[in-house]
Amino acid sequence: MSAPESFQAIIVGGGLVGSAIAWGLAREGLRCVLLDEGDIAFRASRGNFGLVWAQSKGMGAPHYQRWTRYSANAWPELARELADAVGADVGLHQPGGVHLCLSDKEMADRADRMAQLAREAGNSLPFHYRMIEAAELREMLPALGPSVVGASFTPYDGHVDPLRLLHALHRAFTGAGGVYVPNAKVERSDAAPRDFRVFAADRMFEAPRVVLAAGLGNAALAPEFGLSAPVRPQQGQVLVTERVAPIFTMPTTSVRQTMQGSLLLGDSVAEVGYDISQKPAVMAEIARRAVLSFPFIARLNMVRAWSALRIMPKDGVAIYDQSEEYPGAFTANCHSGVTLAGAHARLLAPMIAAGQLDGMMDPFSARRFDVRDAA
Amino acid sequence: MYATRPEARPATVEVLVDGVAVLVPAGASAAAAVLLAGSAAIRETAVSGAPRLPYCMMGVCFDCLAEVDGAANVQACMVPVAPGMRIARQLGARDALMPEAGR
Repeated sequence: MSAPESFQAIIVGGGLVGSAIAWGLAREGLRCVLLDEGDIAFRASRGNFGLVWAQSKGMGAPHYQRWTRYSANAWPELARELADAVGADVGLHQPGGVHLCLSDKEMADRADRMAQLAREAGNSLPFHYRMIEAAELREMLPALGPSVVGASFTPYDGHVDPLRLLHALHRAFTGAGGVYVPNAKVERSDAAPRDFRVFAADRMFEAPRVVLAAGLGNAALAPEFGLSAPVRPQQGQVLVTERVAPIFTMPTTSVRQTMQGSLLLGDSVAEVGYDISQKPAVMAEIARRAVLSFPFIARLNMVRAWSALRIMPKDGVAIYDQSEEYPGAFTANCHSGVTLAGAHARLLAPMIAAGQLDGMMDPFSARRFDVRDAA
Repeated sequence: MYATRPEARPATVEVLVDGVAVLVPAGASAAAAVLLAGSAAIRETAVSGAPRLPYCMMGVCFDCLAEVDGAANVQACMVPVAPGMRIARQLGARDALMPEAGR
């Protein structure tokens, strides 16, 4: 073990959440180290679908709806600053997005959900949406199948290239003087108020701030810092088609066209623990809904498929917390590392740099679970 | 999957590579026909338009995408030749909305 290396912040987790926060802190002028576990980690950031999606987030949790909207609003600025910092084009396209409904019942359920979100949004940041019937939708999206009865639309949604985003965040972070350490699984830590030591990769790092953004790894790490992060894995699978000429003017929840031309098909959910094997039944269902939505997809070649694990907090709402026992220690957990990158880099990082989360973050504390469990 | 090397057999099957007749051995792949024809490229990539020729010859690299008998984005190395087969360059991304032969 060599001499301690001093920083102003240690970020544990080199995925999209950790990297966005790390870039935000570096941009604030903090000298940071970013610890990345390695390729044995369940890397949600390398398997996700790439939506910037505000529609349908935060039902029953207006603070989460608002946070997601803030992030969608911050996204163009994040894309611009990454372009300025490292010349990266992360492919942000944010024309609004649709969730397709394949039956009258799906359409009715969706309309109820959207109405509830609009009620919960209140007047400070109104939630504008439209339920669009098939005839109008067909003019917006060519090649829609006869099974599609309509869709919900909000103007906030869009998509990016998530791998380019991860790469751009890493480059921007290191370009701003940040130190990136790969193969750095946290082996041990010592916590004291605003005085942390983290041992990883046979090195010792110390800083007055530590940010736990290790995804599923946070569940085990957080208690070391007087925090808790009750998250579980939730599997999602993605199918990828050959590249085709541009077709879609906007993304949908389950089908989107990448900036290189591939179609990504996804939106599956399975509770199978730490299992990233692909399930033919799930793949078949993804393909079935994609073909019902856009029949031409049946003629396309599939070239890749994968599964990945979402980081799902108990109630589906993101967790942001600061340690009461050890001030200076923070957690960040969510299943929307792409969507929330704007908020993480531009809103959360400045709070962490200042040493304290804003009062608006209180409802995100994992203490909400203690109350519920006690009740 | 494993087949005899094509040069061990006589070239008896006539195919069209970019409209030019070429004789190739029976059992050779469409990608092999393109190489035998001495073509400069089998496709132009979907993203940058760069010219490409077959590379891995075993279905992995997708650099041999071609239009075979009117079907777009066919992995030419995975298709055995047939008399009269038309092998043409894949120019950029295919138009997915256009119905085509063989699909």
